Amino acid sequence: MIENRRWLDFLTHAILILGVAIVAFPVWVALVASTHPAGTFATGHMPLLPGGAAWENYSTVLGSGMRGAGSEPLWRMLVNSAVMAVLITVGKIAISLTSAYAIVWFRFPLRVVCFWLIFITLMLPVEVRILPTFKVVADFGLLNSWVGLTLPLIASATATFLFRQFFMTVPEELVEAARIDGAGPMKFFRDILLPLSRTNIAALSVILFIYGWVQYLWPTLVTTDPKFYTIVMGIKRMVAVAEADPQWNFVMAAVVLAMLPPVLVVIFMQRLFVKGLIETEK
Amino acid sequence: MQTKRTIFPNKGLPWLLIGPQMIVTAVFFLWPSAQAIWTSFRREDPFGLNTTFVGLSNYARLFESGEWLEAAGRTAVFAVSVTALSMLAALTLALAANRVLRGSRIYTTLLVWPYAVAPVVAGVLWWFLFNPTIGILPLALSALGIDWNHRINGDQAMILIVIAAAWKQVSYDFLFFLAALQSVPKSLIEAAAIDGAGPFRRMRDIVLPLISPTTFFLLIVNINYAMFDTFAIIDATTSGGPAGATNILVYKVYADGFLGLNLGSSSAQSVVLMLIVVALTFVQFRYVERKVQY
Amino acid sequence: MKQQLIGALLASAAMTAPALAQTEVQWWHAMGGELGTKLEQIAAGFNETQKDFKIVPVYKGSYPETLTAAIAAFRAKEQPAIVQVFEVGTGTMMAAKGAVYPVYKLMADQGKTFDKADYLAPVVGYYSDPEGNILSLPFNSSTPIMYYNKDVFAKAGLDPEVAPKTWAEVESFSKKIVDSGAARCGFTSGWISWVQLENLSALHDAPYGTKENGFAGPDTAFTFNGDVQVKHWGNLKKWADAGLFQYGGPVGGNDAPPKFYTQECAIYMNSSASRAGVINNAKDFKVGFAPLPYYDDVIAEPKNSIIGGATLWVLNGRPAAEYKGVAAFFDYLSKAEVQADWHQFTGYLPITHAAYDLGVSTGYYAKTPGADVAIKQITRGTPSAHSKGLRFGNLTQVRDVIDSEFEALLASKKTAKEALDSAVARGNTILRDFEAANK
Repeated sequence: MIENRRWLDFLTHAILILGVAIVAFPVWVALVASTHPAGTFATGHMPLLPGGAAWENYSTVLGSGMRGAGSEPLWRMLVNSAVMAVLITVGKIAISLTSAYAIVWFRFPLRVVCFWLIFITLMLPVEVRILPTFKVVADFGLLNSWVGLTLPLIASATATFLFRQFFMTVPEELVEAARIDGAGPMKFFRDILLPLSRTNIAALSVILFIYGWVQYLWPTLVTTDPKFYTIVMGIKRMVAVAEADPQWNFVMAAVVLAMLPPVLVVIFMQRLFVKGLIETEK
Repeated sequence: MQTKRTIFPNKGLPWLLIGPQMIVTAVFFLWPSAQAIWTSFRREDPFGLNTTFVGLSNYARLFESGEWLEAAGRTAVFAVSVTALSMLAALTLALAANRVLRGSRIYTTLLVWPYAVAPVVAGVLWWFLFNPTIGILPLALSALGIDWNHRINGDQAMILIVIAAAWKQVSYDFLFFLAALQSVPKSLIEAAAIDGAGPFRRMRDIVLPLISPTTFFLLIVNINYAMFDTFAIIDATTSGGPAGATNILVYKVYADGFLGLNLGSSSAQSVVLMLIVVALTFVQFRYVERKVQY
Repeated sequence: MKQQLIGALLASAAMTAPALAQTEVQWWHAMGGELGTKLEQIAAGFNETQKDFKIVPVYKGSYPETLTAAIAAFRAKEQPAIVQVFEVGTGTMMAAKGAVYPVYKLMADQGKTFDKADYLAPVVGYYSDPEGNILSLPFNSSTPIMYYNKDVFAKAGLDPEVAPKTWAEVESFSKKIVDSGAARCGFTSGWISWVQLENLSALHDAPYGTKENGFAGPDTAFTFNGDVQVKHWGNLKKWADAGLFQYGGPVGGNDAPPKFYTQECAIYMNSSASRAGVINNAKDFKVGFAPLPYYDDVIAEPKNSIIGGATLWVLNGRPAAEYKGVAAFFDYLSKAEVQADWHQFTGYLPITHAAYDLGVSTGYYAKTPGADVAIKQITRGTPSAHSKGLRFGNLTQVRDVIDSEFEALLASKKTAKEALDSAVARGNTILRDFEAANK
């Protein structure tokens, strides 16, 4: 700090506190709403302080799901979301690691073509090619399956680029040394490269887990069987109940539950999260 | 493209290694995109029982009807608003967080978590807050004499989705700005201070130019985000209404294709969108890497 | 790591193949809330009566969402055997000849008796092909009626037992209610397109489209920008500005019911099937039921209202065993007791004469005032060419257009005439698309 200006210090903290408050406000309201009985919302306006029905609301949505919304119990949707997020994370990292490895340390025909084909995927967000992708998945009979739910989201240029970038920085000497020791490419990959990439993998996992968890449109389309519903798409279903008022206390309890896992990941793995976020975008 | 000098001589192994990614890319990215292009030249009934080749007429109707152009204009307004709002807020917060001596980490933690909130959840949250019947914000606004009803008022609906989309994006922009600010050399600032430059002049003449690559990068990322990743926010809040006031391009692709079942037109719109992404990506790689230098 | 991943994927894929002891029949529906619970009970009731088939109800969201999900699934060859399609999807379904297994044919193929004379005429008429064959099974048919808050009426100095009969009365009652402070708004409405345009046209014997509202052929055009419609929309705008009317949102109007439940609006027009929700939510006040209002300077004796709600369509391409189950289930659904139970619980119309008679003989209508408002309204007078229903393709999209034009009207971007003219023009484009795509 160069000079000490009290009013500036004060202003700085005021800005930050205000920022935190604005960012947190919607979630506070959701938390409060999830602790009130249903009747609170039917008769007027939203309360701003917690009510006494938290246990009842949360145990209802977790245990039996929302009556009439055709929803599974929420614990099941939470499990589904976790499975989907983990499969996407593991899958993306696995195929990105190996393909980046191939691109950096091997020469093979069409190598540059492959690189560009992967690069192109950056330009095709799911939302844009949604109909034909749906059709492909359907043609393979993969609707309502974990494969159909996750595989189309697994190809990722960003993860491949990140690993490629990182592999380029691995010192030549390491590879030379490995070759002199008679290590083949797979041994080098397993024993040297993977351990070296540990932090990168961890950082990327945090980002990809969140990416997988928040998916909405794709699961909505490919799952028709409630057994595969994820929490994020389940919420939209609860809100849009035909000819009936949304049960806000339950919806907000579900909102809180849907936010919690990825938000906790961000908070407790902040260092990895920041590293992952900033490096994937380079 | 650079490569390592040392390479492994294997012939088959690299194919095995890159195979999975290529297969997934081909099956779920390239093939569907090719199909989208193909469908955009055709007209189909909803059940896919009848199809006819109609040439470019899906595209022609897109640009003739005015509806698509309106949506494009709206998308531009939306993208610019979201980008401006989230980047300004993020920059302000990042400047503040960079300045505090203690507690910077706690503030950061408290500011970054919305990144992890699913867009559709963010939409539901803000929709709840702004709900004309039971929402808390319309109540507060009516005390100020503002009659809030985003069901009818298209501008208010637009404000709603801009706020919801920006709220989610602030954390991301904040992290990048903070990282950029932290890498500004202290010595430069100190030197300027010795020359008598006050905090605001230092910011204008030194800090902002130094972080301009990050700013430009965020500009592109934010526009991309507003154009493509906000689908779920709109679906959860306004569904494109009222009177199409929040029907932005990416939502229109979905609405016309999946709800309206007009597959030909929807595919034509997809193709146009793909071209827009290609252009954006091109700009990003051309300029972020080279042009904006200090 | 990769092998483990593939292993995990394969294992989970294997888990998705259900082990079947009985034939499962998927039934996609759009009934949420109380209606959904009741629907699930009906399916469970059928499943208990026999053990060869299991009806599996799956809630697919709103009506439009359910229809589009079923169509997308059909294209992907993953369609359910039964799908509930709302009345405006009828034109679309009828045109999809290769996709639909007509109900009359299914029942004949499976040797079940199915006599359309058992069903109420206005219901059957809506869902028959030009030869008079029933193509889909009427399940939940409703018609819009008026609900009102008797307590607010009394507070405003109105007689709580007298509902407004004409739109002029709706206006004067609403004024009284708002001016007296008894409620913040006079009335609200669900389903603007269905209640305030389609039914409005039918009630006043005004054509909605050419060719008998589309019944006489697919080369039709919309005509719902006539005098009575323009007048009514102009009034709605005027009343909205004056605070007498509050808009409840597009499509079904999800904001309308809470406005009535929270006593913000005193009168509420919506499907007769909103009855279950109204009774459940109106805990602090008494509710009155009445037919829809009309303009007595336009028509002296209003025509019958038209139906809404949905029917069950059977889709082609499922294994033969499932169709056996579908027929057995439809047989069960048509039973008077099942129908009467559903009708009395939900407020949907009794679809068979037998179900209505059962209600009469058990004294249901005598005990439950207002329960027969809908039936009386839909069966009054002789249906005209303009009140027997609508048959247009892609009507779902047309309704979206109507919603969006209505919103433009409310936002003062267009006059009533401009909004309706524009809706007709945009609607006709959609009709031509439909005609071209289904040639």
